[in-house]
Amino acid sequence: MKIAIPVENKSMETTVCQSFGRTPYFLIYNTELKDGLFIENDAATSQGGAGVKAAQIVVDSDVNALLTPRCGENAAEVIMAAGIKIYKTVNDSIMDNIDAFNKGNLFVLTDIHAGFHNHAGK
Amino acid sequence: MKQLLILSGKGGTGKTTIASAFIKLSNAKAYADCDVDAPNLHLIMDQPFKPVKTDYYGLPKAEINTGLCTKCDQCRQNCRFDAIKAGTHYTVDYYACEGCGVCEAICPAKAVSLKPAIAGKLMLYTGDSVFSTATLKMGSGTSGMLVAEVKKQMKRAASDTELAIIDGSPGIGCPVIASLSGADMVLIVAEPSVSGISDMKRIVETAEKFQMKMAVCVNKFDTNIENTKEIELFCEKYKLPFTGRIPFDPEAIKAINNALSIIDIDCAAGKAVKEVFNKTIKILST
Amino acid sequence: MKIAVLSGKGGTGKTLASVNLAAAAGRSTYIDCDVEEPNGHLFFKPGDIKYERITIKIPFVDDRLCNGCRKCVDFCVFNALAYVNGRLKVFDDICHSCGGCVLFCPEKALSEKEKDVGQIQKGVSENVTVITGILNTGEASGIPIIKKLLNDADKALEPVFIDCPPGSACIAMESIKDADYCILIAEPTLFGVHNLNMVYELVRLFDKPHGVVLNKCLEGENPAEKFCMEKGIKIIGRIPFDSELGILNSNALIAARKDKKYRDMFSSLLQIVTKEAQNETVINP
Repeated sequence: MKIAIPVENKSMETTVCQSFGRTPYFLIYNTELKDGLFIENDAATSQGGAGVKAAQIVVDSDVNALLTPRCGENAAEVIMAAGIKIYKTVNDSIMDNIDAFNKGNLFVLTDIHAGFHNHAGK
Repeated sequence: MKQLLILSGKGGTGKTTIASAFIKLSNAKAYADCDVDAPNLHLIMDQPFKPVKTDYYGLPKAEINTGLCTKCDQCRQNCRFDAIKAGTHYTVDYYACEGCGVCEAICPAKAVSLKPAIAGKLMLYTGDSVFSTATLKMGSGTSGMLVAEVKKQMKRAASDTELAIIDGSPGIGCPVIASLSGADMVLIVAEPSVSGISDMKRIVETAEKFQMKMAVCVNKFDTNIENTKEIELFCEKYKLPFTGRIPFDPEAIKAINNALSIIDIDCAAGKAVKEVFNKTIKILST
Repeated sequence: MKIAVLSGKGGTGKTLASVNLAAAAGRSTYIDCDVEEPNGHLFFKPGDIKYERITIKIPFVDDRLCNGCRKCVDFCVFNALAYVNGRLKVFDDICHSCGGCVLFCPEKALSEKEKDVGQIQKGVSENVTVITGILNTGEASGIPIIKKLLNDADKALEPVFIDCPPGSACIAMESIKDADYCILIAEPTLFGVHNLNMVYELVRLFDKPHGVVLNKCLEGENPAEKFCMEKGIKIIGRIPFDSELGILNSNALIAARKDKKYRDMFSSLLQIVTKEAQNETVINP
C-alpha cells in the first residue's frame, strides 16, 4: 500500500505537518517495501487554492491513503474523488502513524474544515 | 492553541479596544492583528523590541516590454480585469492586475511577463509574548492571503501557547473569511444602531458557515437602549450566547488616545469588559 | 460632479456624511459602494426598487470533449482546477474568472456559466436616487459589484455621492477611481488619525482633489486636526460630537430631513464641498 503524509522536512525523523495544503513536503511511503520518498509541495508557496493543488499532487502520486491531522473541504473533495481514504494522524511522529495505519488503528478523518479562502485577489 | 477572533461586521464598533482589553486580562502570550487593511492594535500594545519585518509578496504583476510590443491588442482584449491600457504605449494598470497570466500567455511577441510584486509587510514582535501583524500596501488585493500569513507567523512563533486573541477587520469579505478559518471561537462586537444591527446580522451569517462557537456583546450600549434590546432578542431567538453590554465611556476614548487599554485605567467600560471577558472565555473553554 | 466619501477607519461617519449631503442636495444620487456592509439604504428607505443580479463567469467542462491534457490545471495560478479520476473539477469559490483556462483549452472543452455574487438595488427616496451594492455573504470580493455601480454613476443624476468602504485596499481604491473630489472623514482618536493617514496616501496616489471633514469634534486637542495642520491638508468642515445627531443616526434617521439645524449644517458643508470640488477641477483639470 502506498500512503502520503504531510511532513515538515525530508527525513524520517521529522514531524507530521499540521497543515495539509501548505505542508512543505509529502512523504510517499510504501508499506510493503518499507520504503519512502519525499516530494516537494508546490502548493506551499502558492497564492491560493493550496488545498486543491496539494490534493492534486497527492492524487498524482498514486497513493491509496492519506494520513493527515486535518484537511480542508476542497482538498477533501479532490482526494475522495480519486478514491483515496483520508485518515486522521494520532500524533506528530511519522513512524507512530505508519505503525498505527499498518495495524488498522487509525480513524477516518471526519471533521473536514471549511476552506481557508486565503486565495489571491480581492 | 485556542484562537479567539473578534469581529464586528460594522467598522468602529470597538474590536481593537476590546481585543486589547482581552489580551491584557487573559495575559495571552500570543495575539494578532488581522485587520491588515487598517491595523491599529500595535498602537495600544506596547512592544519593547523592534519587530522582525518580512516582505509579503502578493500576486505577481504583468509588465509590458514596449520594445517587443507590436500593439496587436490581444492582451488588452483578453484581460478580464481592465488592467491593460492602450496609449502611445501599452501599459499595465499595476493595481488592477490580478497576475492571472493570460496576457503573458497570449502575447505573440513575448512582450509581457509577470514580475513579483511586494504587496505588504509582515511584522512579528517576540519577547514576553508574540504579536503578529502586517500592513497591506494600499490598493492591494490578496488581503486574505496576508491574513493567513499573519496567523501562520503567530502560530509558528507561539506553538506552545494556550490562548491567542485575534483582532479582526470590519466587513464580511476576503480578510474576514481568512481570519475565520482556524479560529475556535468568534466574538462579535455589535453597535446598537440600525446600521450596526444590519451589519451584525451579515457577519453572523458569514461566521455561521464556519460552524464555530460564537458569542455577541454590545459596545456603547447606552447610546441606544432600544436597539441594544433588539440585539439581545436576536441572540435569544437564534440561540447565540450574549456575553454582555459595555457602556459608552468618554474615559475609554481618553485611554485609547493615550495608547492605553481600557483596563489600564479605572473606568466603567473597563469594568464592563471584564464581565464580557469572563463570560466569553468560559464559552471558549467548554 | 462625483464626490467620494472615505475614511480609512470604520465608524467615522462616511454614511452619515454621504447620506446627509445627498439629502441636503435634493436632486442627487447616493451610491453605496460599501457592498460588504451597505447601510445608506437603511436611512433612505428607498421605494420603487429595481433589482439587478451581479454575476461573474465561472468555467465548466464538457466531459465529452475533455481529453485530460491538464493544460488548464497547469495554467491556473489560482489553483481553481484539479484533474482527478478522469474528470476535471472546477472550484467556483477559488476561481478569479480570468478566462485563461477557457481561452487555452486545446479541445475547447471549457465554457463559462454565470455565478451570482451579489446585486444592485436602485430606488428613490424623495428626490434622491439611491443605488445600493450588496455582496452575497460568503463571497470574497465586491469588486465586480463596485465596477458596475461606478458604471451606473456615469449615467446618474449629479451631484453623485459615493459612500466608500472602510480601509484603503483594493475595494476602497476601486470606489474612488472615478471621483472628482474626495471627502476624507476623520474622527479625533488615535486609531482614526492612523487610518486617515493611509487613506490620505491613497487619494494622493491617485491624484484626487481632497479635503477633510472632522467629525465627532470635542473640546480640547484634536489629533486629526493636528495631523491635517502638519500635512497641510485642507479642513473643509467640522461636525461637533452631538448626542442628538448620534441618536438620530443610530435610529437610521436622516438628520438633514428631520431638523432644520442639521439641514442647514449639511447644506453649508455641501456648498463648501461643491466650491472646493469646482475649484480643484479648474486648477487640476
